[in-house]
Amino acid sequence: MVDDTIAAISTPIGAAGIGIVRLSGKEALPIAEKVFSSFKHKSLTNTRNHSLLYGHILDDTGKVIDEVLVSVMRGPHSFTAEDVVEINCHGGIVAVRKTLEIVLKAGARPADPGEFSKRAFLNGRIDLAQAESIIDLINAKTEKSLKVAVNQLEGMLSGEIKEISTEMLELMAHIEAGIDFPEHDIEEISRHKIEQKSGEILARIEHMLALADTGKVFREGLRTVIIGKPNVGKSSLLNALLKEKRAIVTDIPGTTRDVIEEIVSIRGIPLKLVDTAGIRETEDVVEKIGVEKTKEVFAESDLVLFMVDASTGLTAEDRALFPLVKDRNSLVIVNKTDVTQEVNVSEIETHFRGEDIIEMSLLYGRGLDRLEKRIEEMVYAGLSSSQEEIVVSNVRHKDALERALRSIKDVLSAMRAGLPTDCMAIDLRTAWETLGEITGESVSEDLVDQIFSRFCIGK
Amino acid sequence: MEYYAGEYDVVVIGTGHAGCEAALAAARMGCSTLVLTLNMENVAFMPCNPAVGGPAKGHLVREIDALGGEMGINTDHTNIQVRMLNTGKGPAVHALRAQADKKLYQIRMKKVLENQELLDLKQALVERVLVSDDGVIGVETRFGAVFKAKAVVITTGTFLRGRIIIGDVSYSGGPNGQEPSVGLADSLRGLGLELGRFKTGTPPRVHRKSVDFSKMIIQPGDEKPHRFSFMTKDLNREQVPCWLTYTSEETHRVIRDNLHRSPLYSGKIEGVGPRYCPSIEDKVVRFADKPSHQIFLEPEGRDTEEMYVQGFSTSLPEDVQIKMLRSIPGLEHVEMMRTGYAIEYDILSPTQLKLSLETKKVKGLFSAGQINGTSGYEEAAAQGIIAGINAALFVKQKEPLILKRSDAYIGVLIDDLVTKGTNEPYRIMTSRAEYRLLLRQDNADLRLTEMGFRAGLVKEDRQKAFEQKYKLVEQEKGRLAEVTVAPDEEVQQILTAKDSSEIKQNTSLIDLLKRPEITYEDLKKMDKNFPTLPEDVVEQVEVQVQYEGYIKRQLEQVEKFQRLENKKIPDWVSYEDIRGLSTEAKQKLERLKPLSVGQASRISGVSPADISVLLVYMEQKRRGCPQED
Ligand SMILES: Nc1nc2c(ncn2[C@@H]2O[C@H](COP(=O)(O)OP(=O)(O)OP(=O)(O)O)[C@@H](O)[C@H]2O)c(=O)[nH]1
Ligand SMILES: [Mg+2]
Repeated sequence: MVDDTIAAISTPIGAAGIGIVRLSGKEALPIAEKVFSSFKHKSLTNTRNHSLLYGHILDDTGKVIDEVLVSVMRGPHSFTAEDVVEINCHGGIVAVRKTLEIVLKAGARPADPGEFSKRAFLNGRIDLAQAESIIDLINAKTEKSLKVAVNQLEGMLSGEIKEISTEMLELMAHIEAGIDFPEHDIEEISRHKIEQKSGEILARIEHMLALADTGKVFREGLRTVIIGKPNVGKSSLLNALLKEKRAIVTDIPGTTRDVIEEIVSIRGIPLKLVDTAGIRETEDVVEKIGVEKTKEVFAESDLVLFMVDASTGLTAEDRALFPLVKDRNSLVIVNKTDVTQEVNVSEIETHFRGEDIIEMSLLYGRGLDRLEKRIEEMVYAGLSSSQEEIVVSNVRHKDALERALRSIKDVLSAMRAGLPTDCMAIDLRTAWETLGEITGESVSEDLVDQIFSRFCIGK
Repeated sequence: MEYYAGEYDVVVIGTGHAGCEAALAAARMGCSTLVLTLNMENVAFMPCNPAVGGPAKGHLVREIDALGGEMGINTDHTNIQVRMLNTGKGPAVHALRAQADKKLYQIRMKKVLENQELLDLKQALVERVLVSDDGVIGVETRFGAVFKAKAVVITTGTFLRGRIIIGDVSYSGGPNGQEPSVGLADSLRGLGLELGRFKTGTPPRVHRKSVDFSKMIIQPGDEKPHRFSFMTKDLNREQVPCWLTYTSEETHRVIRDNLHRSPLYSGKIEGVGPRYCPSIEDKVVRFADKPSHQIFLEPEGRDTEEMYVQGFSTSLPEDVQIKMLRSIPGLEHVEMMRTGYAIEYDILSPTQLKLSLETKKVKGLFSAGQINGTSGYEEAAAQGIIAGINAALFVKQKEPLILKRSDAYIGVLIDDLVTKGTNEPYRIMTSRAEYRLLLRQDNADLRLTEMGFRAGLVKEDRQKAFEQKYKLVEQEKGRLAEVTVAPDEEVQQILTAKDSSEIKQNTSLIDLLKRPEITYEDLKKMDKNFPTLPEDVVEQVEVQVQYEGYIKRQLEQVEKFQRLENKKIPDWVSYEDIRGLSTEAKQKLERLKPLSVGQASRISGVSPADISVLLVYMEQKRRGCPQED
């Protein structure tokens, strides 16, 4: 509990491009050693304190994930006064996340918000004056601006985990009811049935992990929608970000009739980019359908790119959209600045922050860089639960699933070894409690409730 | 008129299963002790079923025994049938259950109390608990007797403002036609203690001669009965069977037709009843699709014709009870001797207690048993022995004995009660224990004898027997590790016969025993010089070797949480002042005042973040005011 080894992504806001995975605890060095291969074949555990090693992070199949710089700081001469390893990744957010997953698989536990600082304080490394700010870190919420893990997908993930956990609970209740009330006419669950049920649960967990592993979750990316009145250059932006001509671009307003979706990677961050039909009241029925859909996509998006036309200046249609857009994670793009700049930026600034307004000319490819940089900044800001560390919640999910999977495998091997029910029950309980870390159901009271509500037990 | 009647170290109010253990423990630890009963005929009375033990409950009995308590020995000497349940489900959940001869059980326990040195047993109704500013100072009885005491243990079971309900009839009363305790309830409330109201029930009793056993299934005891106490030697007396039958469609119809006359459904009962032993009318309503429920007929003793109708607890009117009974196969002509009833009673909300079972409000005042919101004789006795020990330790001004969740089911029981409270009569279950493979009934002595010895309750004879047993266990494990068998034909045959894979080289006996399919018995056939050891030694060797892996894993889990358990929360912590704690956590922590960070973490509504904040706060204070640490 107190001295296990924790890990988290720890990246200062704005320091784009590199990300640090930090480990702290008794097993920090051995864990890092397992996943790291030094170019000079140096061993992490034998290396001098505060030295830097250059090498690769490898996954469990030996595949290279990223080129990294690893620093070792042994306790008590480290930030937390425990053994600390920092892995500096260079391959962008995806590589950082992957690296975190790998160290978790190798035995670390995802750090809680503020946990590094908390340890540092409890171990006497931080002075009293800072205790208060540590409490703030512990209570920091993750709800700042953007979330990289797509809300809806995360919802699906935890929904599925909840279902699996309920199934486990039912199985456990059945086993436990038989154990605690052996003389009641509860239908005893057979070993065969336990095996079959555990097998089903195993398959479900494996399936979920496979989904996560193929990167589907990450490929789905940040749902980003481009909106704006017709002919402002939305399809042009999509093409520019994609670096290919995907959408038809014409000078006829209303060219895009339907919603076009594409996955793009911006500085390693996956975006699910949606081009829409321009929003305006319209007579054309076909177009109207497209517009309805636009509103729907808008409602579900994580990030809104709102385009206005510099050559025409702000119109009533634009102004009508301001209130809708400004409460969302959004950027305003003032396009076609190469023609003229009729847009009064200070008017937009009454609704949006200056850094969120980007002047652009897609014709000349100007402003694209700033846009990409700003998107990256927002993602990092949203990721970090505090100034100092980033907790990626679906990495936690994955970690919990991996551990639950191991426990379920233990159930099955205990079964095959012919061990009695009480042994299997232990592993099943461990699996359930692991998932409970995510669903928040971990108290044995749930089990007792389940037993009493499902089985007729009387005196 | 009040008068001074004497002075004791410890006064125990009540002689139920909690009271008996509390009184014996305090006296055996050298405290002058007085135990007061409402009625001399009701010492160690079993108002409900005539059985002791079962899953988790049997574990409790063994733990009480290992600590030097009486319940196990008393049951061993008075039982009429013994069964080990769950034998196919693994060592952690093996559960011993005995049918007791109710009268004999009482007679023997009373004799033990009467003959216990330093212990006085008297009949009196306690009206008031007397306190000073420093805590408890004694008790006062209805007839004005004032007994002074340094510590008082309340174990009044279901007697506090007891009310009996049968159909539309209800009256003030304790179980089995006794009088309730009303003054004491007011006195406790006057001390600022919070009372709740619970409900439980009991089934009717019938005459054996009016039962047709040919329509029932016989339930005999084990051929080789086990014993509860680690000290009991041979146990070979004739066993009496129980009988199994089922409710019929007619029974369910009678119940449904008369539901409107049930006090449960007419709102006459306000107390909260337990979910695990609902009345038969509850079962029929809640599990409407179940065509029948099982009913056991259990003899109440050797020298009585009364039989207990287990599974048939009810508070329907008497005429309905008779009709219901007679609709059951084998009971067509049954004569009901006692009517089933529901009883409502006051409890002390257990979150007002410390883990030592001392009340947080009144120093030196302890409470144990059903009054703390539990159900069951075993749960009561378990708390009784702990309250008795801690009352004695309090008198001696020593640290209380607190069993952890990883030490004993007793620890699980008390921690659950004190930390989480309960909103129904609490029953212990093996599924409530997170370290089940450590808390086996076979090793209760290994877990607790030493603690009982240090507390002064376990006497030399038990301690010696215990040491001897485990010396043999260690010796034998060492021997098994040293002795190897060769892969000769004889050995391979024995292995194949047990569906076990053949060995390729010389293999130690201990490695063979690690295979789940190989028993200690099997090893005998492979080794010519096999010793003959006592059964309990063999059992230990077998379990310790076969489950080594799991046991080790659970021990690791225990260790993981140990640091938090050991981190004590000092008295001066004021949760109100801790910035960053959630409001819910503040309220709950303030109310429950947990002893350790581990205990705090088990309170529902206290999140891991709250625990972190608490740790930071404690460190902050420790550095700010080092003299207080
Ligand atoms: N001068 C100039 N023209 C641009 C710029 N960006 C886009 N255009 C032109 O503007 C016209 C409309 O571009 P689209 O990308 O089709 O606009 P849209 O918003 O998708 O239009 P609809 O699909 O009809 O709603 C095209 O002729 C583009 O070539 C720019 O930065 N400067
Ligand atoms: Mg378009």
